[in-house]
Amino acid sequence: MTSSTFPVDVSAWIGAYPFREIPHPDAAVLVRVLEREGIGQAWVGSLPSVWHRDPAPSNAWLFAQLAPHADRLLPSPTVRPDWPGWEALLDDAVAHGAPSVRVYPMQLGLGATAPVWPALARACADRGLIVQLTVRFEDLRQRHPMDGAGDLSAGHIRCVVRSDPRVQVIVSGAGRDLIEETHWSLTPEEQARCFWDWSWVWGPPEDHLEHLLRTIGGDRFVFGGFWPMRLIQAPLATISLTAALLPRVTISTGAEIREAASRVDR
Amino acid sequence: MPSRHIIDPHAHFHWSGSRHDHARYNASRLRAGDAIGVRVHVASILGTWGRNSPTYFASPDDIGAGNDAMYAIADEERARVRSFVHVNPNHTEHALREIARGVARGAIGVKLSASRRADDPLVDPIAAEAGRRGLPVLHHVWQHRQREWGMQEASDAIELVRLAVRHPGTNFILAHIGGGGDWAHTINVIRDVPNVFPDTSGSGVDRGMLDAYLTAIGPQRLLWAADLTLCTGLAKLQALEVIGLPQDDLDDVCWRNAVRIFPSGNFGLT
Repeated sequence: MTSSTFPVDVSAWIGAYPFREIPHPDAAVLVRVLEREGIGQAWVGSLPSVWHRDPAPSNAWLFAQLAPHADRLLPSPTVRPDWPGWEALLDDAVAHGAPSVRVYPMQLGLGATAPVWPALARACADRGLIVQLTVRFEDLRQRHPMDGAGDLSAGHIRCVVRSDPRVQVIVSGAGRDLIEETHWSLTPEEQARCFWDWSWVWGPPEDHLEHLLRTIGGDRFVFGGFWPMRLIQAPLATISLTAALLPRVTISTGAEIREAASRVDR
Repeated sequence: MPSRHIIDPHAHFHWSGSRHDHARYNASRLRAGDAIGVRVHVASILGTWGRNSPTYFASPDDIGAGNDAMYAIADEERARVRSFVHVNPNHTEHALREIARGVARGAIGVKLSASRRADDPLVDPIAAEAGRRGLPVLHHVWQHRQREWGMQEASDAIELVRLAVRHPGTNFILAHIGGGGDWAHTINVIRDVPNVFPDTSGSGVDRGMLDAYLTAIGPQRLLWAADLTLCTGLAKLQALEVIGLPQDDLDDVCWRNAVRIFPSGNFGLT
């Protein structure tokens, strides 16, 4: 096992994936994985809901699945900001103790300039909810022919971050190029509200993570394991091999980000 | 670490002709390998990695220069590095000469990237020569290639298996099941072809991949490897441990299979 442990995994899901079989993507299994890896808790989304027209039923399923594990698993329900009544999902998320909601622009066909982003950012900031965006679930080269969604763009991220000066954003599954393109296209104030996991960032010998930690800073990063799609060991391995080069790296925690989101001026 | 010894049969290095930070890159690979427990990196350099000629269609001049740089690294790092000889099948005579020259310089395997489809007759003399010399062929593979991709003439498992069946006396390493494309497609193609050994390398770390390969072909045909990402290599090592692979099987995957298919006496292990 790696020597690095983290209080929060912000990038976990449960439920079936539509394009291939995934071994036991269940809440109870996730709890055991967290225990094995020494990770305190996980923010968990519903994987099936990513492709649903209306995420509400899948969110209800998510809340029910996580309820027996409320001490370890926090819900991060899906919101579709172009669907009638979507604001009610935010209130539902708050009622269930969610630290964040997840939005999937590419799977919904929503462009970076879609008119929904300012309202979403404002509504989430009003409620102290972090907005989570996911770049991809599989590498472009292996996607099923019916999975026509491309990778999330820097334009999408910029648009959400800039839509409201209070909104906090976490991006899961970005590589070095997207992180740099986005980070350096934001003002310092905007950069401070945008966080990344490094689940798809390369370690040695390219050492992309080391480069990003040096140039962007560890306080921009938060741990995300991408379970159940990918081995949770991957980001742990990357940071363990990188930490030897950067012994004083401080990674942000989900709790810190959540606290920042809850402190916003509503 | 989960195994006493680890051999990486799919490694790469750089040189001054391929990137300006080659020394940093090479040092990082060796440092990470040491941290993971890699005993030997069996490595290649693909010409100039695109600087003078395309990575996957390297010119004869670039092939020779890249191989020379690889041999120099292996000489310098004799304890930790062995060489493949990289060849381009579109230049048959040059490729055969390079294999002879490479063996004389210590190469212990042949590296084919994506210069020619694996089942093309032009690859036959190279596969035959490798078999005659007892060298395994590491072949770049795009798992379930469904169309042409730019800057390479990639092969998938179906095409590599056609070559492997024509050369039953040659062992083939099917590159990076985690390196792009659909790894699930490859399993059924290679299941009953005993001279094809998939390696686990690539940046892909899909849950279920290692389990599926171990179930389908067993631990004596799977090779742990890292390719361009030692980080995902370490993750897969840890995953092999977590899924409960017995120590004997773990040793097969991590080093014993490599000892079996490379020429004997190269790793100090039996």
